[in-house]
Amino acid sequence: MANTLFDKIWDAHIVQQVEDGPTQLYIDRLYCHEVTSPQAFEGMRSRGLKCFRPQNIYCMPDHNTPTHDQDKPIEDVVSRTQVDTLAKNAHDFGLAHFGMMDKRNGIIHVVGPERGLTLPGMTIVCGDSHTSTHGAMGAVAFGIGTSEVEMVLASQCILQARPKTMRITIDGKLKKGVTAKDVALYMMSKMTTSGATGYFVEYAGEAVKNLTMEGRLTLCNLSIEMGARGGMIAPDEVTFEYIKGRENAPKGEAWDKALAYWKTLKSEANAVFDKEVLYHAEDIEPMITYGTNPGMGMGISQAIPTTETMNEQAKISFHKSLNYMGFKEGEKLLGKQVDYVFLGACTNGRIEDFRAFASIVKGRKKADNITAWLVPGSWMVDAQIREEGLDKVLAEAGFEIRQPGCSACLAMNDDKIPAGKYAVSTSNRNFEGRQGQGARTMLASPLVAAAAAVTGVVTDPRELMD
Amino acid sequence: MKQKFNIITSTCVPLPLENVDTDQIIPARFLKATTREEKFFGDNLFRDWRYNADGTLNKDFVLNNPKYGGQILVAGKNFGSGSSREHAAWAIAGYGFRVVVSSFFADIHKNNELNNFVLPVVVSEAFLSELFESINADPKTEVEVDLPNQTITNKATGKSEKFEINAYKKHCLINGLDDIDFLLTNKDKIEAWEKRSR
Repeated sequence: MANTLFDKIWDAHIVQQVEDGPTQLYIDRLYCHEVTSPQAFEGMRSRGLKCFRPQNIYCMPDHNTPTHDQDKPIEDVVSRTQVDTLAKNAHDFGLAHFGMMDKRNGIIHVVGPERGLTLPGMTIVCGDSHTSTHGAMGAVAFGIGTSEVEMVLASQCILQARPKTMRITIDGKLKKGVTAKDVALYMMSKMTTSGATGYFVEYAGEAVKNLTMEGRLTLCNLSIEMGARGGMIAPDEVTFEYIKGRENAPKGEAWDKALAYWKTLKSEANAVFDKEVLYHAEDIEPMITYGTNPGMGMGISQAIPTTETMNEQAKISFHKSLNYMGFKEGEKLLGKQVDYVFLGACTNGRIEDFRAFASIVKGRKKADNITAWLVPGSWMVDAQIREEGLDKVLAEAGFEIRQPGCSACLAMNDDKIPAGKYAVSTSNRNFEGRQGQGARTMLASPLVAAAAAVTGVVTDPRELMD
Repeated sequence: MKQKFNIITSTCVPLPLENVDTDQIIPARFLKATTREEKFFGDNLFRDWRYNADGTLNKDFVLNNPKYGGQILVAGKNFGSGSSREHAAWAIAGYGFRVVVSSFFADIHKNNELNNFVLPVVVSEAFLSELFESINADPKTEVEVDLPNQTITNKATGKSEKFEINAYKKHCLINGLDDIDFLLTNKDKIEAWEKRSR
């Protein structure tokens, strides 16, 4: 039965079904960043092709951008070349480009929604696994490889197997100190990093409905960390309110028409999903990861699991992971010394995340042993921070705000955590070497990050909340 | 690239770890190239497992063990999770692997392998653990991957399994065609879709 939210959008975009093969799907929006697009443009040139629908494509650098002195040329020549190559490709192929220092620049998954480029009902792709973020607006959005970027440049279409559908319902109300990030880390700890592979997830239930737009973007952002092809939430008043008046959002009559369509974008009451999962909001506490994949997470007050019940292969991987982190099975992380705190990334680089961080550090001071990198997801977020006076709160507590970009999430710029050092990070991956060679990452929410930033150790943020 | 695929018989390189993510296959600092330099990516395949922090070879890592070699990489479940970077598939191809065998692949990476004429072969947990045992007992163990018949055979034990691949992609691999070749031939269908969706 084609009556889930996902089915409605997917079916409306089918150009053709290839016999015994994939679906040829029309793509409304392609986003390109500098890392995964150059070889696609190179391929276009070698085939002598022009973009089929250049007006549907938006480019911006974010992975390599430094988080200071963006008005000066990038010092790292290789990074600079990659950023310059994107600008040249956008120019040569006639595509929109938000370059460094352009007030519209930022992390692609923060910019798309905030500029009204990502809208309900769209199909959206980008050479980036966190493209799942855009699903929070009620879109079918997923990450692709560079060959697939080239397909979309050339034809505005992609060949893709139809994923299965899964609905994850989170009922009840989230407890104090529990954020969308904790919900996602909790789900991963239950499902593992491959629990949703092959599926497109729709999030539903009271706890999801009650999330702000920013929280929903965080939740959908992390869908890929459960292996899901994408994650989405049916658009509602929260979504419409967020979109209305944004730069590229429809206006006037076009708005009314769009809104009428968007209101039909929900799973029907009798919708059939290939899989249904239910979690209870009251079971979730602030989370933290202890290992080297995002599924290795636990409630912040808990102890690292033991390997007694694991099979041999799982044990080898688990021990390799703990060995890398310098942790032992059965131990607690509360009170462990932290060296670095990173607030930012497409996961937690939005205004709400800075509000949350500021709410904890207000009236307190950054701990002396902590190096903190606070990186807004975009210039728009940076402007909001200043409008709300959060910059002053943060400055008084000893924190400075850097310039926007992906930054220490994957350390392609200078923001690298040194080998052996511990970071509490609001980013999305704790893989070996992700934040710098030998860096040890503990993923958590902005509240947990802020609590570590002012105490210098892993701390339950609820102890610092009113 | 675009190497036509048929039957491959080869020894294997075993990597019995689970959840091998694409950050391990090729770390982010090697993603700054602007061209498809497969040799460069291949040289840096599993860079931080292959080399110690001081740049010397990590002799304990399987790629540095002269006992093992071949065109087939055999890996633990959930191979290729995480980042969508196609550089991971380029690194695997650039190193010289033409097949990756695992009991489970992450979606995006699986597509990336296929788009680079590297064949991801999904086998059962039982087949995989037996294959690891065979290679462990004799590093010269050969595996035959027969794409036309969609079978994989562990030559040490004679055990054989069917594997899945859709008919379209199989046709592409056997004939050295890629998806863009296909998409460019049906622009009329794309324009027709645009007209009816307006």
